Amino acid sequence: MASTFKGGFHVPDHKGLTNSIATKPMPDCDVHIYPLKQHIGAPLSALVKVGDHVDVGQRIADTDQFVAVPVHSSVSGTVTDIKPYYHDSGAMVDAIFVENDKKYTVSDEVQPKNYKVTSAKELLKCIREAGIVGMGGAGFPTHIKLSPKTKVDYAILNCAECEPYITADHRYMLENPDDMIIGLKIVMKILDLKDGYIGVELNKKNAIEALKASPECDESIHIVPLKVKYPQGAEKQLIKAVTGRRVPAGALPADAGAVVVNGATSVTIAKAITTGMPLIERNVTVSGDAVKTPSNFRVRTGVPASFVIENAGGFISTPEKVISGGPMMGIAQYNTEYPIVKTTSSILALLHAPKTFDPDTPCIRCGRCVNHCPMQLMPFKLRDAAQKGDIDMAAKHYVTECIECGLCSYICPANKNLLQYIRMIKPEVLKKQREEAQKNGR
Amino acid sequence: MADNYIVSSSPHVHTGATIQRIMLDVIIALVPTTAMGIYFFGWYAAVVIAASIIAAVAAEWIFNKITKQRNTIGDLSAVVTGLLLALNMPPGIPIWMVMIGSGFAIIIVKQLFGGLGKNFVNPALAARCFMLIAWTGAMTTFREPLVDAVASATPLAIMKDGIAETMPSLLQCFIGMKAGTIGEVSGIAILIGLAYLLIRRVINITIPAVYVLSFAALTFFFGKDAMDVNYLMYQILTGGLLLGAVFMATDYTTTPTTPSGMVIFGIGCGVLTFLIRRFGGYPEGVSFSILLMNVAAPLIERYTIPKSFGNRGGAAKK
Repeated sequence: MASTFKGGFHVPDHKGLTNSIATKPMPDCDVHIYPLKQHIGAPLSALVKVGDHVDVGQRIADTDQFVAVPVHSSVSGTVTDIKPYYHDSGAMVDAIFVENDKKYTVSDEVQPKNYKVTSAKELLKCIREAGIVGMGGAGFPTHIKLSPKTKVDYAILNCAECEPYITADHRYMLENPDDMIIGLKIVMKILDLKDGYIGVELNKKNAIEALKASPECDESIHIVPLKVKYPQGAEKQLIKAVTGRRVPAGALPADAGAVVVNGATSVTIAKAITTGMPLIERNVTVSGDAVKTPSNFRVRTGVPASFVIENAGGFISTPEKVISGGPMMGIAQYNTEYPIVKTTSSILALLHAPKTFDPDTPCIRCGRCVNHCPMQLMPFKLRDAAQKGDIDMAAKHYVTECIECGLCSYICPANKNLLQYIRMIKPEVLKKQREEAQKNGR
Repeated sequence: MADNYIVSSSPHVHTGATIQRIMLDVIIALVPTTAMGIYFFGWYAAVVIAASIIAAVAAEWIFNKITKQRNTIGDLSAVVTGLLLALNMPPGIPIWMVMIGSGFAIIIVKQLFGGLGKNFVNPALAARCFMLIAWTGAMTTFREPLVDAVASATPLAIMKDGIAETMPSLLQCFIGMKAGTIGEVSGIAILIGLAYLLIRRVINITIPAVYVLSFAALTFFFGKDAMDVNYLMYQILTGGLLLGAVFMATDYTTTPTTPSGMVIFGIGCGVLTFLIRRFGGYPEGVSFSILLMNVAAPLIERYTIPKSFGNRGGAAKK
């Protein structure tokens, strides 16, 4: 029996477009662009200035702040500019431009280590220095995740990859199963755990076999097959499926005794320790019906999305929508100039943007959003609350628990943009709760 | 490169499900019931059904025109209301009465409260009760199926005084060989419709199951003929219970959306139906029961907000 959670919905996955296509390297790109914010947390300051020479793996931006990780150059070459530039978040973000000299000389900062003899503290520091963040899309600094305040019982690799179209993690499992497991073992060592768990959705049976066949896969590694259901890869739903525990409202996974690390992140951790190479490349899926040759690429960070798309044969014809990430939680893009960053798992181009909002059709209270919400919320009530600006009503309906998976909007037969309304009211509720907490604290 | 792509809040895909498709599914689910009604009660039943649907759609169209609103007849909800009302009519009802009832359902019960999704009671049921009060005679005159103009009491009316020998057999009741409204007579046709709705995931089984089971439990233990399975089966298979439980008590707009709310709603319907049939002046109580529970639905929903994922407990430690 595959493990799962309550609620959710099977969303057609379209993974067949790319799941059997081997990851290809990219040709040289002339200019790489490194935004100074590729993580959740404090922004970075550039450590280089225009005209400087940089090498592969060299740290080019960092900060003293705790919740932040450095950015490294993925090529060798010259810094040509530092200016605000497109970012897949939709905002303009300061970015370092590096002209690629195509020699790929490696920085002497890059030093391999043996994880078996390195101390947990040292490993944690290396992960921070390697600029590693959650590569599934959230971009939360991994070293913080791996420093829970209390001892945890479970280390879980998130290889559910429940977003439609994306096959980047699937290819990692098939092509880098050893690194995937070594990464988990490093995580286990840091967290002082004897066992590690890998959650994989059952639509990736060959990936489960590849992991099991790896020489690194010993009795300490447990592969948990998961039901194919969106959002199986959401952190709280994954923890529920693997451990049976629920993360309490307002708490962190560590409070339920679990730490979840994305599969791509695990591979990158392994590489950062065993080769010393920081996070400078990742798997990116290019897919969607507008793409001529849907493919998986191993992309050095900083490459513009347009360059990756060209290497996938370009567009069949102009798409209506280009998305960074998956179709459920990804961010729609104005153009394809934005660079690939640490969290870019996929570029998705759709010829026809499906209608996801109809102002005219009324909510008929069919209850589908209530039935399928993986957090057991009542999205249609939250929409009511948002329309009225009723913060108390939204709070009473647990709006702060929403994980923004988008399933409610996806299944709504009235085509209501439920999640958009929830996003409107949620920050207001959080703000009010913070203010009240402050008042009570004094 | 030009900024030429559509930008919107996620998600960027949609199931393609529409209200129109849901309404179409309900209509498809009602096809067996409608067909059996026409088979048993002849061409006049077909005229009643057609008149009711036409009046409902026309009423919605005219109302939208007069109030200068977007025309909504395309969502097929008026067709469903018209059809459901017709299925709740005795087979000999005068056409003009049905048409007025249908107009009442659409304009008074639905549109005046804001249209689809805003009405607080089921339009077809409210119209039926309005007609029952306005034209009691015509609304309570039933006849035998497959024969012309032989007036007959419904099995439920007969049962008010206990099971009689003149009643049709249970099998006949299940197939539809009995006096009753056009749509309520054939239990098997209703169950086929139920299966279709469940397969298409239009409704969930909670309300119909809880409704029928709670009614059955009360009838079995406290009915006129308590502990009598035969009497119990007659109570379930005759009258509007199945039609009401499957097609009326599952109306989205007027029932709770929360899982425990649905259970409470079902129990409420079951209890009220039992009380009316057992102690009330009317032989039948399904319509009144569902209407009363419709009114209670917002309150039920308010007190049955499900606990969210993180508020259900189950973490190993705090």
